[in-house]
Amino acid sequence: MRPGTTAAACIALLRRDFVLTWRRRGDALNPLLFAVMVVSLFPFALGPEAETLARIAAGTIFVAVLLAMLLSLDALFRSDLEDGSLEQLVLSPHPLALLIAAKVLVHWLTTALPLIAIAPLLAQLLHLPANVLPVLLAALALATPLLSLIGAVCVALTVGMRRSGMLLTLLVLPLIVPALIFGAGACNAAQAGFAFIAPLLWLGAWLALALVLAPLAAAAALKISLT
Amino acid sequence: MQTPVENETAPLLQARALAFARNEEPIFGPLDFALHAGDVVLIEGDNGSGKTTLLKVLSGLLQPTSGEVLLHDAPLTLAKLSHQVALLAHLLGLKLELSALENLRFAIGLGGLRSGITPQLALASVGLEGYEDQPLRMLSAGQRKRVALARLLLVPVALWLLDEPYANLDREGIELVNRLLDNHARRGGAALITSHGAYAFTSGTPRRIALKPGIGNRGSAIAEQVSP
Amino acid sequence: MNPLVLYFHKFGSPPYFYRVAGLWLPWLYALALVTGTVGLYGGLVMAPADYQQGDSFRIIYVHVPCAWMSLFAYLFMAANGFIALVWRIKLSETLAMAAAPVGAAFTFVTLVTGSLWGKPTWGTWWTWDARLTSELVLLFLYFGVIGLYHAIEDTRQAARAAAFLALIGVVNLPIVHYSVVWWNTLHQSQTVSFTGQSKITASMLWPLLVLAFATHAYFFASLLARARVALLSLESGKEWVRGLLTSEPAHG
Repeated sequence: MRPGTTAAACIALLRRDFVLTWRRRGDALNPLLFAVMVVSLFPFALGPEAETLARIAAGTIFVAVLLAMLLSLDALFRSDLEDGSLEQLVLSPHPLALLIAAKVLVHWLTTALPLIAIAPLLAQLLHLPANVLPVLLAALALATPLLSLIGAVCVALTVGMRRSGMLLTLLVLPLIVPALIFGAGACNAAQAGFAFIAPLLWLGAWLALALVLAPLAAAAALKISLT
Repeated sequence: MQTPVENETAPLLQARALAFARNEEPIFGPLDFALHAGDVVLIEGDNGSGKTTLLKVLSGLLQPTSGEVLLHDAPLTLAKLSHQVALLAHLLGLKLELSALENLRFAIGLGGLRSGITPQLALASVGLEGYEDQPLRMLSAGQRKRVALARLLLVPVALWLLDEPYANLDREGIELVNRLLDNHARRGGAALITSHGAYAFTSGTPRRIALKPGIGNRGSAIAEQVSP
Repeated sequence: MNPLVLYFHKFGSPPYFYRVAGLWLPWLYALALVTGTVGLYGGLVMAPADYQQGDSFRIIYVHVPCAWMSLFAYLFMAANGFIALVWRIKLSETLAMAAAPVGAAFTFVTLVTGSLWGKPTWGTWWTWDARLTSELVLLFLYFGVIGLYHAIEDTRQAARAAAFLALIGVVNLPIVHYSVVWWNTLHQSQTVSFTGQSKITASMLWPLLVLAFATHAYFFASLLARARVALLSLESGKEWVRGLLTSEPAHG
């Protein structure tokens, strides 16, 4: 592939970000540890009876995964901002939305996929009924990219702020509440024996919309923040 | 404009009545100048005189408060960037966890590769032969600057905007920068560099634009063109 | 040039806006006060008691106009935000940012009065049904816009970033409005309708409409007052501000 084309640029960016994540792989474990810790706290707080835990299992796992991802969102643009790479990306003549989409993809693959991989473990900790697990995994697979995408827009708005932690959470939470409602809702419906496909379809629809619109919005937000 | 135009070809970069203000405070302007192929222009000014801001406006990163920037007679804005402009900013845009070669390969992926040169050759010509595979974290500030300069050699770009290119470099490094600028100008490129220091550009005398704080209200910066 | 465009241009100039808004301000406050008093009297005293809820329904006369304003204020903020982003008009930035705290206040009052109403009628201070949840999300959106605006140093950039966020959140407005239609909610469904019959009797309806007008007047009065102050501080270096401070003794 010819270097300098937009496709080559995206591939180069994907590769660079993967290598960077691998070189800082210690940091990449943090969201996993966080999710496990949060989930482990609930049996201590609510008592170890399987029925109590099973009732809140799906929702708790969902919240833990979302919070873990929220923690890692700040790092999406931070190191690029601090060493000037972000400026170079903005200045490159390639569509910034595509470059951002590439970064979000790496973020999702390196943060959310491991979380989804340990979701069965978390489900065991909270005695989630076995038939709900596939629904949980499907809902997470749809909701986590949504969070990455919407989170990218909010991070783009707050990029460069030194203490943006709480503000970022304040910005992301209202926008991500629907994903939580529908994702956890699908799991709870499955647990109660009702049909669960509708919320999953809603999530899918929103994800399709976000896949197209969020990179564009994040690019516009970055240009506002950096200029 | 006071300086006579040396060649009749269309200017590479043109600034027309360019001015920039932040929070109502004027930073520089209005400025008028043109850059042709083969030109090297030095923008001088003390710290805080707006040199970096000017460079950012010229690269398209910042929108001027008034006036316009034209690249090949087409307006340059963030919406219409060009392959033809490279900015070397104070923050080099290099990843410290990656090696020099990896950084350069990424730059090539993003910006293309000039024919006839490879990353290894570029590193050798900036004096970093043997340092290709070490993570940048382990190199000194001057060596990292040289990697950034190597990047300039690799990507086929006509217009170089260099912010303080001499910073962090020893005497050899300064000569290296001058050599690179020279070659670039001879190849038909153009460069705009900023400097607050006294480093002389050794071959040829570049046009100079001095940005200094004026006697206007609240230290607004005005610009005057000084032609040596 | 088209006289309308010229007027628009003139209106966007801060000193002109400052002066004109200052002229309107007392009238708007007066209008809000008068219509508010009339409406409140009509609602709290004159309207008959509800056959089911008795007198506790009267909180509707505060709750509903505030709810309507919470949505209107957001729409106003988003519209001005859009203008500010696309055309970079400074006055729109100021108006959008001035609308945020007013809208947030209306939203907060809506939630509190709703909660006070919920206790006697539903037996609970709060429930997570679609209408209440989406209104709460609206409050958080307001907080986000205000927080973002104050977190960025460069005021114009801050206004643009906050305006962008406001535009993203606009999607919540139809959700709040149609939540009682799309979901099974504890909150009652739409009773006042612009198209077709309202499901509320006339003697109870008219104070509601009068108060809706009063809250609009109050919103604009509050907005203009805030916008004037914001303009003063934003343009503090300019001649016209200095002229104001030196030429006239404190008035208005």
